[in-house]
Amino acid sequence: MLNKNIYLILIISLVFAISFWIGFNVNLLPAEASINAPIYDELFKILFIIGLIIFIGMTIAVIYSLFKFRKRNDQIGDGIALEGNLSLEIVWTIIPSIIVLLIGLYSYNIYDRMGGMKELNHNHEMMSSNPEKIWAGISQTSDNKISKNNLSIEVSAMQFAFLFNYPKGNFISGELHVPVDQKVSMKMESKDVIHAFWVPEFRIKQDIIPGQPTVLNFTPTKVGKYPIICAELCGPYHGGMRASIIVEEESDYNDWFDKNKKTEVNL
Amino acid sequence: MTISIDPQKINNESLQPKGWLRYFSFSLDHKVIGIQYLVCGFLFYLIGGTLASAIRIELASPMSDFMPRDVYNQVLTLHGTIMIFLWIVPVVNGAFGNYLIPFYVGARDMAFPRLNAVAFWLIPPSGLMLVASYFVEGAAQAGWTAYPPLSITTPQSGQIIWILSVLLLGGSSIFGGINFIATIIKLRRPGLKLMQLPMYCWAMLGTSLLVVLSTPVLAGTLILLSFDIIANTGFFNPVLGGNVVVYQHLFWFYSHPAVYIMVLPAFGLVSEILPVHARKPLFGYTTMVFSIMGIVVLGLVVWAHHMFTSGTPPWMRLFFTIATAFIAVPTGIKFFNWVATLWGGKISINSAMLFSCGFIINFVFGGITGVALAQVPFDIHVHDTYFVVAHFHYIVYGGTVFIIFSSIYHWFPKVTGKLLNEKLGILHFIITFIGFNLCFAPQHWLGLNGMPRRVAEYDPQFQFVNQISSLGALLMAISTIPFLINVFLSVRNGKVAGDNPWNALTPEWLTSSPPPVENWEGEAPLVEEPYGYGKQLSE
Repeated sequence: MLNKNIYLILIISLVFAISFWIGFNVNLLPAEASINAPIYDELFKILFIIGLIIFIGMTIAVIYSLFKFRKRNDQIGDGIALEGNLSLEIVWTIIPSIIVLLIGLYSYNIYDRMGGMKELNHNHEMMSSNPEKIWAGISQTSDNKISKNNLSIEVSAMQFAFLFNYPKGNFISGELHVPVDQKVSMKMESKDVIHAFWVPEFRIKQDIIPGQPTVLNFTPTKVGKYPIICAELCGPYHGGMRASIIVEEESDYNDWFDKNKKTEVNL
Repeated sequence: MTISIDPQKINNESLQPKGWLRYFSFSLDHKVIGIQYLVCGFLFYLIGGTLASAIRIELASPMSDFMPRDVYNQVLTLHGTIMIFLWIVPVVNGAFGNYLIPFYVGARDMAFPRLNAVAFWLIPPSGLMLVASYFVEGAAQAGWTAYPPLSITTPQSGQIIWILSVLLLGGSSIFGGINFIATIIKLRRPGLKLMQLPMYCWAMLGTSLLVVLSTPVLAGTLILLSFDIIANTGFFNPVLGGNVVVYQHLFWFYSHPAVYIMVLPAFGLVSEILPVHARKPLFGYTTMVFSIMGIVVLGLVVWAHHMFTSGTPPWMRLFFTIATAFIAVPTGIKFFNWVATLWGGKISINSAMLFSCGFIINFVFGGITGVALAQVPFDIHVHDTYFVVAHFHYIVYGGTVFIIFSSIYHWFPKVTGKLLNEKLGILHFIITFIGFNLCFAPQHWLGLNGMPRRVAEYDPQFQFVNQISSLGALLMAISTIPFLINVFLSVRNGKVAGDNPWNALTPEWLTSSPPPVENWEGEAPLVEEPYGYGKQLSE
């Protein structure tokens, strides 16, 4: 009996060890390029490890049962008439409940750190400040030390392109240029069907909905060029509906901005 | 007016065709209707599978080069609709439910045999109509979710035919649900208590409650959508002041429970199969019953987790995270109980057992990614990507379809009196299991790294992984060949099974195989312990 328990403890610790090792060493995610990304990856790592422990544990239990308790050729008759075990069943009700509850609280914490619980209308600072109902989105709060001022952009999506309006410079661009380490605040609206704004490297996504403006705030942290992908089926060319976000040093961004800026309003 | 069963009248043999012809007739025999559901569903599975292969061929290269883009969207719409409404829902509910439930409650037929036949005969015409809409003006191309405004702006005839077809299929599903509830509650043999019923009855009771409560909401929603399309109303059309997010709420109020309509019956079926082949009682009968009912209740209040990136306010996102994650608890209980059922048994390693164990492994994987997806911050990155595609195929294919195959191996001798060939069966399992995991496991990575779903073209950096996935799909397509050969050979020349080849204790095996028209020659047996393995020897 003692031997059996030792084996059980050994196997469980091995499952834990393998899961932790994989969780910390196998990276399944793309580069981290916004404040949100490392927060997201922290959650991912925890869920990945818990998931691995459960999956490997259950798989071992099933395969072990198939080998250990398989019917040998000479065997007849049935297994033991065991119809249940109340204390065991209570254990495997309570433990998963606790795990699920803890994961839920933890992901609430993550979501709050991502800015998900912020009041959308208050946090949204647009140039043309007509009070307008913002329906949904994420307002990433940014660290004030990094972020000097906010960049406000109006995004409009249509079949099959994104357009980025820079109200301060009074111009529209097909590429999204943003300076690194500054909070970007986007108000998004669709001209036709539902689209979505997704930057995998930023770990953010928000649907762009006709008739209901949504908001998405983020702070890029890494210079580079990243894809903007439409993630909501929007028609035949949905797969081709992509744009680029170019995160650059502030001076480069200012050069680009000055080059495109229009001083007069063209009507 | 009530339609009561009068066995003498219904089964008047001169009125009912005999032999194979009865499967093409308006038969009122629950066993015939069950087989009609199964074969009809399998034919649509082959169509849906062909469409899936077309998708994987298109995605073997990053360019959109195999078919026109709008045809690709029609293919993915039809693939989803056919697999859900014409294969999985009719088969796990209609086929096995009709065949088994009357046996399990000790009845000679379903409560409403005519309604039952109507429910089945709605399926072939609506399915054919759906497929044929391709030849009108192109099939629907807004995905199986048919989100407006895309579904309003794409060619109308295809979308309207799609709505009509789904309405008919939903109607069929509601008729079936009412019939199952009535049969399980009212047609039980005298002396048979609810807590003595085989687990599949409980699963079907829970499923039917979900069907009856949520399918009408889908029907209403689709009727409103059709008004928007043909009568220019503005329920969901934003141009006319409609609200597109309201459609999503209404749609998912049905379509999330639909997931449980697809998996709960599978939970019931596996609960029948495992005890027989492991020669052990089902572990924790009472907790199994309560966890089914827990899933039913929770399943109705989790729909908005499909909309975490839509227009949902923060508090709503949180509520649905917690509710969704908690479904893992009753579901987890069931999986622990099944493993405990295997533990200490005398397990026959056969095709039915292997498919059931494959189900447990695949479903646990899909369940784990499901709990992750329930977390709002996690979902915001992977929503509408291949991660989600992988997740739900682990649930509906790795879960439910594996159980459909397991059930076919288990009940084939009941229906035909012949055994399926075990070697071909095990070959079928191995190819399916490898092909399935090769096809869908890599898609998790694709989604995490930036490949959205429902695209005909993608970033070339994903080509290699997509090709692995397509290779897996090819194996899955190949795996149906040994299965079909096996079925055709065994129906004709299979080993004669005898009445009860598995020495099972559930009531359907306590009659001849194949069973007589009225299920039992004499009175239906009273089975108080359908899982009493290990006990009968000592008695």
